[in-house]
Amino acid sequence: MAVLVWAAEGTWPACVDAAAQWASPTSDVELLAVAAGQGEDSAHAAFAGLLGRGRGGRDPGLRIAAMGEAATTAMLRSAAERLGRPSTSRTLAGRPERALVEAAAGAELLVLARDGDLERLGPHSLGPTTRFVVDHAPCPVLLVWPRRPTSTALPPPPPGAPLHRP
Amino acid sequence: MSVQLVVALVALVAVLAVAIARPRHVPEAAVAVPLALALVVARVLPAADAWAELRSLAPVVAFLAAVLVLGQLCEDEGLFAAAGGWMARTSGGSPARLLTAVVAIAAVTTAVLSLDATVVLLTPVVFATAARIGARARPHVYATAHLANSASLLLPVSNLTNLLAFRATGLGFARFAGLMALPWLLVVVLERVAVGRYFRADLAVASGVDVAAGLELPESTPDDDVTDESGERPAGRRPATAPGVAAVVVGATLVGFVVASAVGVDPAWVAAAGALVLAAHALVRRRVTAGTVGRSLNVPFLAFVLALGVVVRAVIDNGLSTAVSTLVPHGSSYGALLLVAAVAALLANVVNNLPAILLLLPLLAGHGAGPVLAALIGVNVGPNLTYVGSLATLLWRRIARAHDSEPGLAEYHLLGAVTVPASIVVATSALWAGLALTGGG
Repeated sequence: MAVLVWAAEGTWPACVDAAAQWASPTSDVELLAVAAGQGEDSAHAAFAGLLGRGRGGRDPGLRIAAMGEAATTAMLRSAAERLGRPSTSRTLAGRPERALVEAAAGAELLVLARDGDLERLGPHSLGPTTRFVVDHAPCPVLLVWPRRPTSTALPPPPPGAPLHRP
Repeated sequence: MSVQLVVALVALVAVLAVAIARPRHVPEAAVAVPLALALVVARVLPAADAWAELRSLAPVVAFLAAVLVLGQLCEDEGLFAAAGGWMARTSGGSPARLLTAVVAIAAVTTAVLSLDATVVLLTPVVFATAARIGARARPHVYATAHLANSASLLLPVSNLTNLLAFRATGLGFARFAGLMALPWLLVVVLERVAVGRYFRADLAVASGVDVAAGLELPESTPDDDVTDESGERPAGRRPATAPGVAAVVVGATLVGFVVASAVGVDPAWVAAAGALVLAAHALVRRRVTAGTVGRSLNVPFLAFVLALGVVVRAVIDNGLSTAVSTLVPHGSSYGALLLVAAVAALLANVVNNLPAILLLLPLLAGHGAGPVLAALIGVNVGPNLTYVGSLATLLWRRIARAHDSEPGLAEYHLLGAVTVPASIVVATSALWAGLALTGGG
């Protein structure tokens, strides 16, 4: 049984702090990064569109993929240092939302952060990937704010009399 | 359809197929040059016409060579790394402000040093910069790749298509830039707004996160583990600390273009002078070797452009122009310009922007600058629609990489479908207004 922490750019410090606070001292902590979608596809495609200039070594998509790996490694290292207790790290491949749900099978807890519209509470405060993971995770989920929300005011109640539920 | 036309068309398809598929990394020129020669030998295209085509393309190819060298030297001198530092400082840690800085730098780089420089040299720097401030790099890299196409409207040097069409416009350097300035600016703003809205979740997420706690990445692009195809590290990859000389040379070259165009000197000479000055500076400082400068010339690509020009000329002269000319409207009315831009965008998406503009030019030449500039809007902005520049490239990539999951590409097509038609309409409208206000071409 392990506490899983999804480390992603921008949100990992909040997730790591939450794990440090809530994971029981006896639990293993595993930091997860997802290696996908940092833009290398678009750079590679733009290069492919340069008709006739193709020279493999100059493909910016390859350079970005290499830099992306280095950045992910650096992020996981920073996250491990910030956590301040022993942990393991793993980089997942494939579609982020599915890879995370699959990795969470049998986990004690999955820590992730809101990564959508952080200006107000509500469904849009979850990005599409996080939405999918929250909806499909087979384990308990700890969902944290990457920073204090701008407004914590509830939306106005719907008009009309309150519903009476049986 | 004559036999000659069929032969020429088959040759064109073969040249494009090899350029796109690149079987076993054969250089495009290895097929294009022999086929062009064969068309002349078989008298599909008279030798005199082929020679005329080569002579008209020579300044364009010389210009292209100089710009390729200039871009690589700017990288060697550390100009792109310096731009990365500027973008990081300007962002103040905010991904949205970084996107604005990235759009500005990508638009200027594309306009001045051509789309090749943006795709090959700037995109990795943009990624490294985003990673450095702890932002999700996707929107920034995506915007850069998009702007390499759409921001190549401004100057005759920004895109090979512009270079090829420059003479047909009958305009000077400054007048070309003046007419394209507003379309370029509007398209750049439109891209910023569209990418910002599309990736708003990615852009919002890091704002407010303590940047000081973010990633520590090296100052320069950490590409030291990436080598050229030859497997050898170019000598000049260590960026210089003072890219000022490169910036001054590029600025002086730009001014030179305007002056040279005004006094009737071919801008290729100016570009060559700029490249020579910067190359001499870098060679003296031992930041590059003659070998690396020679390689950035990319001679096979230059030969490919010449050969492609000859093959396309054979296709046109053997009767394709009469077949297509009915599809392309003439005149500079608003509707005609829009239609030309749309046809050019479609053609660029079927084949690729390079053959598209070569095919369209003979049909548009002689009808003033308006239709030619509209066609440039189509072939420059249009490739973002299929994302890899053309349907042919896309199909090939789908086949070649069918086993790879490419979750990203679907959303790129979606964004392209939104921005490309809007950009073409906005840019063509601005072009039409510019032409109307200043009294035609």
